Amino acid sequence: MANPKVAFYWCASCGGCEEAVVDLNETVLKVTEAVDIVLWPVALDFKYKDVEAMADGEITVAFINGAIRLDEQQEIAALLRRKSQLVVAFGACAHMGGIPALANFKDRESILSRVYSEVPTVVNPDRIVPQTESVCGRHKLELPGFWDKVCRLDEVIPVDYYLPGCPPMPDTIVNAVMAILEGKLPARGTVLSPNRNMCKECSRLPKKPEKITLSRFVRPYEAVVPDDECFLAHGVVCMGPATRSGCGERCLKGNMPCRGCYGPCDETPDQGAAMLSALSTLIDGTDASATERIAGSFDDIAGTVYRFSASGSLAYKGALLPKGGTK
Amino acid sequence: MSKKITISPITRLEGHGKIEIFLNDAGEVDHAFFQVPELRGFEKFCEGRAAEEMARITPRICGVCPTAHHMASAKALDDLFDAPPPPAARKLRELMYSTFMVEDHLLHFFFLGGPDFIVGPDAPAGARNILGVIGKLGTEASLRLISLRKRCREIMSTIGGKAIHPVSAVPGGMAKGLTENDRENAVAVAAEAVDFCRFTLQAFGEIVLNNPAYVELVTGEIYRHDTYYMGMVDRNGKVNFYDGQINVVAPDGTQFAKFGAADYGTHIAEHVEPWTYVKFPFLRKVGWAGFRDGAGSGILAVAPLARLNASSGMATPLAQAEYERMFATLGGKPSGHTLAMHWARLIEALYAAERMLELASDPEVASKDIRNIPTRIKGEGFGVVEAPRGTLYHHYQSDSRGLITKVNLIVATQNNIGRIALSIDKAAKALIHGGKVEEGQLNKIEMAFRAYDPCLSCATHASPGSPSPEIEIRNPDGSVLRTLCWGRTTGPRE
Repeated sequence: MANPKVAFYWCASCGGCEEAVVDLNETVLKVTEAVDIVLWPVALDFKYKDVEAMADGEITVAFINGAIRLDEQQEIAALLRRKSQLVVAFGACAHMGGIPALANFKDRESILSRVYSEVPTVVNPDRIVPQTESVCGRHKLELPGFWDKVCRLDEVIPVDYYLPGCPPMPDTIVNAVMAILEGKLPARGTVLSPNRNMCKECSRLPKKPEKITLSRFVRPYEAVVPDDECFLAHGVVCMGPATRSGCGERCLKGNMPCRGCYGPCDETPDQGAAMLSALSTLIDGTDASATERIAGSFDDIAGTVYRFSASGSLAYKGALLPKGGTK
Repeated sequence: MSKKITISPITRLEGHGKIEIFLNDAGEVDHAFFQVPELRGFEKFCEGRAAEEMARITPRICGVCPTAHHMASAKALDDLFDAPPPPAARKLRELMYSTFMVEDHLLHFFFLGGPDFIVGPDAPAGARNILGVIGKLGTEASLRLISLRKRCREIMSTIGGKAIHPVSAVPGGMAKGLTENDRENAVAVAAEAVDFCRFTLQAFGEIVLNNPAYVELVTGEIYRHDTYYMGMVDRNGKVNFYDGQINVVAPDGTQFAKFGAADYGTHIAEHVEPWTYVKFPFLRKVGWAGFRDGAGSGILAVAPLARLNASSGMATPLAQAEYERMFATLGGKPSGHTLAMHWARLIEALYAAERMLELASDPEVASKDIRNIPTRIKGEGFGVVEAPRGTLYHHYQSDSRGLITKVNLIVATQNNIGRIALSIDKAAKALIHGGKVEEGQLNKIEMAFRAYDPCLSCATHASPGSPSPEIEIRNPDGSVLRTLCWGRTTGPRE
């Protein structure tokens, strides 16, 4: 029997998801023995037209990382969807928008203006902004336009599974790949990491106080938190209460609080709302003015609780698909 | 029918580099454009964030060199919060950084750039990759490489929490220290790194420098541009990756400028073209003079060879000996030979390994005194490091609560973009004549840009993208003649 065919593809991403695959070290060799990789731009030579030439559904599984912001990204995602039996959103950007989706708090024009006109190093008296079509001498050049909004993968194509993390842990990747190869598939739509809350299995649990009461939010730069103590107990926002486990607590091992890259548990699909709800139970609510003061000490609420999940969150509920293209 | 050859991107690859070569009626290259087709806008969407979070957000500019962004950001935050780290924290950061430089430089040499030399520029495309390198060097050396890379990344994770997108550098120091056991492990890994880098330089000497054809290729005119060179140096003028002054030398090697991070805007400016999202940095005091080299053009070079050109030497003995040997072979300093970047990269890897060993051997690196808590918010901060692919500037402003109000970033590969554009144009003009693309010459166009180890995620922090652009070279009928790619080459040959 022929090996199952697998595709890897990247959209708006940083390359960290590819590095995570390289970091599987010798394990990656075992995986590549068991499958035929038909597309992996960073490492292998197969072309887009090779994929186009395939029968629909010929690819067993496509792993797609990165958020979606360009027409081309949507087109290739759609092509891979057509050719693949399964599509897995790989990593936080494909899963929830990731860091690039913080741009959803700004509009497209202000990004262009900042980058090409306002920063102190730019010398641009004619206020040139890159164009989708331009003429240089007698040569016509084209650039892809970028959308008003950063989307997660399932806003543009149906997604079967989600592999969370920025980047995903080696265990998360290997377990998911093996489950697919062995046909031990969970229900469609499953996030392929345990649906358990981080706090419930946190290594710092032994020193977590029975009850945490916040009288002020403390910024990470302000406090030295001993490396076995709960951040929230020190008033430092840690996204653990709204985050799924499976990440190996890598940030906690660096003695920094969680920022939620594994996304929320199934029961609380909007991670930011889940976090705010969890925090509200910790705020010392003895009187209204105290509550207001404490809440007011939480800096950059949206950029913290939606750090990795700004695409498709409640904050953008009802937002339509982007119009596409630049003017 | 007039002949026309277009090098165009494969449309499947968004965000990847794109090269368009236009021919004139005689079939000669009129102009080759290097385009970067993407935009993310970190400069804008970081506004409003808590400043200290920048050290966790900006690594997502690039998953290949997140450590460089983490460190440049941390240094900018030390400044913004007016909280210099204790000496032990500074050493711990530099230990993590040196480990990263060893690993990253070796990765490029063995996986990306080196195959052209170790396996050969004219070897079959199918063999010109890491597997070909393994075949040439033998299994033992290859296993050493894989093992060393893994152990380096384990040290980076131990110090930084994560190798990909580290977290532990904070304004005023580090959130987490090193245990004595971890330090001893780092000493062992560093010793192996020094040994392996020496082995690699020896192999480079035997394979490349003992081969007159290679030496001719490296020192040939096709791959040469005389530009300004920029790199960070310590107080003795030696190459330093983590801290120091930025030094710029002119194309003839004369001293041009020396400045600290806070003065970057006085010296570096950016030019905008409508046909690419990436901006072209240039020396403000020279000015933008279009796409040309020489002393009258502000286009500059960064990364390994530029750093060596802009320095008086290496701060460690083994690397210094190699530095002297390289410039003696190249015919003096500065060198405009783009392909010599591969050599310079290996010398830097050796320096990074020696520096890693020095730092790991210092008991202070395992000190618990690694953090100063900021007591005030100054409101502006500048941070600069030498990333593997060039000088990296982070510049932040904040309000009195330490919320980011303005961000500017000039990122590693971006500094080289003007020179990369020159290199591609020059190689295309030298190699394509009469409308003919000589199949055997095409890898040599590719080699012109591969030497830079270009990282377009970084170059276009404004842009997501990937470090692996592809190019299709098309026949006049539109059929694909060959595919060129950053890391390797495919398609029919001969």
